[in-house]
Amino acid sequence: MTAGTPKINVTVESVTPLNALITRFTFRESCGKDLPAFSGGAHVVVEMDDHGTKRMNPYSLMSDPNDTKRYSITVRRDDEGRGGSLYMHSHVKAGMEMVISTPVNLFSLDLTAKKHLMIAGGIGITPFMSQIHQLTSTRAHFELHYSVRSDALGAYLQELTQSYPKNLHVYRDDQDEQLKLAELLNGQPVGTHVYVCGPKGMIDWVRETAREADWPDSSVHFEEFTAPKSGNAFEVTLHQSNKTISVDRHQSLLEALEASSVEVPYLCRGGACGQCETNVLECDGNIEHNDHWLTDDQRLSKTKIMPCVSRFAGKKLTIER
Amino acid sequence: MNITFKDETFRDDYTFSNSEEQIKRFPFPFHEDSYMYSVNMEPHAAVRPGSVFENDFDVDEHYVSEMRDRAKVLDEDPLRCQSLPHMTLAGWDLLELIMTSKAKDYPHWFELHRDGKNWHWINHPLNIEQKFIFGDETTLPYGPLEYITRQTQGDFVLLDQREENLWLEAGMVTTQADWSLDFDIGMNFFEWHAPVPLAHEMGIFQRALKFLLNIQQGTPARRLNWTMTANPLLDTSPENYHKWGKQKLEVTRENVGNKMHLRVELQTFFRLPRSNALVFPIRCYLIKLEELVTIPKWGRRFHRVIRDLPEELATYKGFIDNRPKIVEYLSKYDDGQDTSLGIWPE
Ligand code: FES
Repeated sequence: MTAGTPKINVTVESVTPLNALITRFTFRESCGKDLPAFSGGAHVVVEMDDHGTKRMNPYSLMSDPNDTKRYSITVRRDDEGRGGSLYMHSHVKAGMEMVISTPVNLFSLDLTAKKHLMIAGGIGITPFMSQIHQLTSTRAHFELHYSVRSDALGAYLQELTQSYPKNLHVYRDDQDEQLKLAELLNGQPVGTHVYVCGPKGMIDWVRETAREADWPDSSVHFEEFTAPKSGNAFEVTLHQSNKTISVDRHQSLLEALEASSVEVPYLCRGGACGQCETNVLECDGNIEHNDHWLTDDQRLSKTKIMPCVSRFAGKKLTIER
Repeated sequence: MNITFKDETFRDDYTFSNSEEQIKRFPFPFHEDSYMYSVNMEPHAAVRPGSVFENDFDVDEHYVSEMRDRAKVLDEDPLRCQSLPHMTLAGWDLLELIMTSKAKDYPHWFELHRDGKNWHWINHPLNIEQKFIFGDETTLPYGPLEYITRQTQGDFVLLDQREENLWLEAGMVTTQADWSLDFDIGMNFFEWHAPVPLAHEMGIFQRALKFLLNIQQGTPARRLNWTMTANPLLDTSPENYHKWGKQKLEVTRENVGNKMHLRVELQTFFRLPRSNALVFPIRCYLIKLEELVTIPKWGRRFHRVIRDLPEELATYKGFIDNRPKIVEYLSKYDDGQDTSLGIWPE
């Protein structure tokens, strides 16, 4: 299979700052055709030409899945990050032509659920926006528990409060409001599924609490994309392509491979889907495993690496690419 | 394309046959002179204009008669079409996929006019015209899955994806090779495939499942599978085994060329956008041995494949008892010459 899903040419329709950190971008198909319908929780990969470096960042679609005229994503500016979100915030303007991928869903609703219990932290709200559209159109039962730093920094807080006053519960850090998770999980009817998207700590907390309360793993869903981290530059030898490439400080190994025309399959570009898994043939040094895919054994044995998020420090790394 | 839809039967007097043009476009499944079970998936991309691989959903000269046969099967046994409640959205997905594909690929036969949620569908070959609201079941005479698959050749299985597995939870199955929707509904991928011999040890299903879970929107896949049946019977269901099973005994050295059919399944896989489910259309193509051997390359190759097929596969595919007669018949069309690689006639 080729890498990623088919590309779509889009035009930026609007750029709307929502608060100091968060901006919404809306796209239309460039020739005026319909965009593909999608399912709640899906993401697209947005391609950026960041001063010569090609970046491809995944963002959850947050618009109504039934709206095939436009897609929206919401991007939080990360000043420490590698620049993808900075690029979106400072360079992307209405009218610009961009390339995105056909939607992929790695955080799908379980449609057999009797009730959908959603737990969002910060920008983790975005996949729930499209899921809520989907659930309302089929009149399904859902509840959203949303933790924000403050009213001012809670994206879509107003919109959600207006549209779903009965389904929404908000927890504001600056007011010391706290989600009582164990109680919440205990009180759920049989057939409830819980979904969590937010910072890693929050995801771990929800998964552990659910496990302690004897929830089956199959009823607990989480979206855990890590944006690739910057780090020190390093070199990698590619066994099949028979060359050595270097990975920049602000580049991921996957991006470096793509920049030298080596095709690697991917879907999430965030260490979660497993598509980019690559065999390590020689490793004299340490792999910085930043993924959520490999098992502990695989990590310790240094036989696999996930190039979309993981890095290397040491003398020599040879991979099967 | 200039096709006259045939008026023919797949039961009782069995008047089914293929025209010369249809024989040439038959999806012959053997790309070399031997056969080994494998998953052999490839992208479902358009190849070879006029072939059955040209469009997402192939419509051929048997269309109208096949749909009539399906309606008869459903009259006798409505459980051949089922959908668990959470699969309705996937049914709409399938309806949309088929209507938009057919209207695009066969504009002289099918028309789809859309104004927001108000849809207007015209199917000229079947004389159907329907205005309905997309997403509102009460505006169609059947549920979306049943509505559209009463107008589309092939069986359809809808698979929900969860827990890293696929669950067979809706389908329209009236032309199946010996399996039952009513029996299998609700099963996951492994339960559903449990009776296949040989392949098990190869971990083939593990790999196939992984492949299917990763099929994405916009990148459908396909493979071919095959078996043989006595008579051009579409409905070889376990429910009706008492009716068709004994027909195998009617094959003689004299009638084998006319009675035995190679039955090829074109299996395709699409990710459905709104439900994130998978649809697995299984399209059945039938060809009589005497039609098949009119293509010299296929006559030679099919003889070699059937002659050399391992015993357990011939048993599994259900023609072990008739194999000697089939091989004897086919041997007359194998002059020992080399055959070119690939499935095409020449
Ligand atoms: S692309 Fe998904 S894990 Fe690397």
